[in-house]
Amino acid sequence: MNIVVTVKQVPDTWAEKKLDAADKTVDRKSVDNVMNEMDEYGVEEALKIKEAHGGEVTVVTMGPVKAVETIRKALSMGADKAVHLTDDSLHGSDALATSAALAKVISTLSPDLVITSSEASDARGGVIGALLAERLGLPQLTQARKVTVDPGASKVTIERLADNGYALVEASLPAVVGVVEKINQPRYPSFKGIMAAKKKPLTTLSAADAGLDAAAVGLAGAASSVVTAQAAPPRSSGTIVKDEGDGGTKIAGFLAAQKLI
Amino acid sequence: MAEVLVLVEHADGEPKKVTAELLTLARTLGEPSAVFLGAPGTYAKAKEYLAQYGAAKVYVAESDDIAGYIGGPAAEVLANLAGAASPVAVLVAATADSREVAARVAARLDSGLIWDATALSADLVATQGIFGGSTIVTSKVTKGVPVVVVRPNATAPEAAPGTPTEQIVDVAVSDAAKGAKIVDRVVEAKSGRPDLTEAQVVVSGGRGLGAAEHFALVEKLADTLGAAVGASRAATDAGWYPHQNQVGQTGKTVSPQLYIAVGISGAIQHRAGMQTSKTIVAVNKDPEAPIFEFADYGLVGDLFNVVPQLTEEIGKHKAG
Repeated sequence: MNIVVTVKQVPDTWAEKKLDAADKTVDRKSVDNVMNEMDEYGVEEALKIKEAHGGEVTVVTMGPVKAVETIRKALSMGADKAVHLTDDSLHGSDALATSAALAKVISTLSPDLVITSSEASDARGGVIGALLAERLGLPQLTQARKVTVDPGASKVTIERLADNGYALVEASLPAVVGVVEKINQPRYPSFKGIMAAKKKPLTTLSAADAGLDAAAVGLAGAASSVVTAQAAPPRSSGTIVKDEGDGGTKIAGFLAAQKLI
Repeated sequence: MAEVLVLVEHADGEPKKVTAELLTLARTLGEPSAVFLGAPGTYAKAKEYLAQYGAAKVYVAESDDIAGYIGGPAAEVLANLAGAASPVAVLVAATADSREVAARVAARLDSGLIWDATALSADLVATQGIFGGSTIVTSKVTKGVPVVVVRPNATAPEAAPGTPTEQIVDVAVSDAAKGAKIVDRVVEAKSGRPDLTEAQVVVSGGRGLGAAEHFALVEKLADTLGAAVGASRAATDAGWYPHQNQVGQTGKTVSPQLYIAVGISGAIQHRAGMQTSKTIVAVNKDPEAPIFEFADYGLVGDLFNVVPQLTEEIGKHKAG
């Protein structure tokens, strides 16, 4: 199995995130940046499939030079090699441009399986799996809480999360699989893994190396633009009451006064 | 007046409330055309509803090829309709399925995509709360037909009864779009409660509940209020409640009239999914819990005493 897994470096989930005042893109300078937490599930699933069926796991990311830290993390978890698409011209790419650029890089790797996660915690679009399927012309097996690969039959089956249960969805390989949180328990990199990661092959591509049209990527190529951005008015705390045996009654009183019941 | 395409959100033909919201919003932008994509025989259940909420036209595309596959067929049919109609915009509900379809439609049309809009002005400037609602941005599609994914509860639905013209769409889905075949649908939990993202009232439980069986307290309160049930990540991580019900930074974003947080500390992970709720009520035994910094009404106390009492009081209030 030739498995590609996409990862993204994002501001730490626990950090207060902001937009850059000048170009209204996500401010990545004032915060700690980490591997998108959801992507850890994607990397783990890729490693599990490799362990079960053999093969190779290639990590693909698009992001600033610093995003190599996230690649290192995926490699130290156990991925075999990585491709880092990085170029100043890519800064400010929207999901559509990002998916087109990633698809271009991924198609040169001829994967059997492309694994993404359900969403990145900064933009929260939740559409990269669907977009990669569209761009690559591959089946879209997103929102997967369970993945079963049958390399012999060249088939992959998932349990796709639905509001009241799941749908069983199957496709022929190659396919794009998008995994949700809790599909597995992502491993921590071992010391040995961290040391080994330093020697694993890493290919760095510029936009030109990847054959991308500079006008179609980055802020210049974005198909939407931010008009205004401002901090939301802070929510202030209201009435705080200590329970003295009548707490439930008090809340009911509040709800009635607000005409909520 | 130019058309505005609205993708009908439905379950086996039964329209979801967000469809009425999208049609109401579409009327402020142009002439609403509902696009019904579903299995054969399902449109009949939506027909009256779409007329009631002011669809001027309905594109009816019923096919097993649409209902039986993930992503591709719906995107292909909707993109073809949008390509032919050259609408002012394509509006889609912010559900897991439809946002994926919207993204693929935008890619096919080479158009811009905006997701999770909470408002859309007549000149197509969308408002979004990003970073869990802590920053408000307005944005505009600058290329092609704007494809806008709109959050449930963004618009109050208003009826505008009429008689839409119906256009039956001849569905011919390419083989390429039929890659991901649905072989079975399994219902695990049929709660009868409203959808989490559409509900007017949400009651959520967290770590303070201590065990899966204690979610019964939350469910009972929710049922008294006709509410949906949510859960914090701590609760779903512990396996106390299904992942589908998780509210937060990773999980669903809700914006109901009333949100009741039971035994939830209110850390950023959770806050990011619910802080745009109109009114927030919190019950937590820890007076230092961050949720009290932004709750409209906070009760510091033992949820095992407070919640049953609250359920009973609401029951009494409703009885009259």
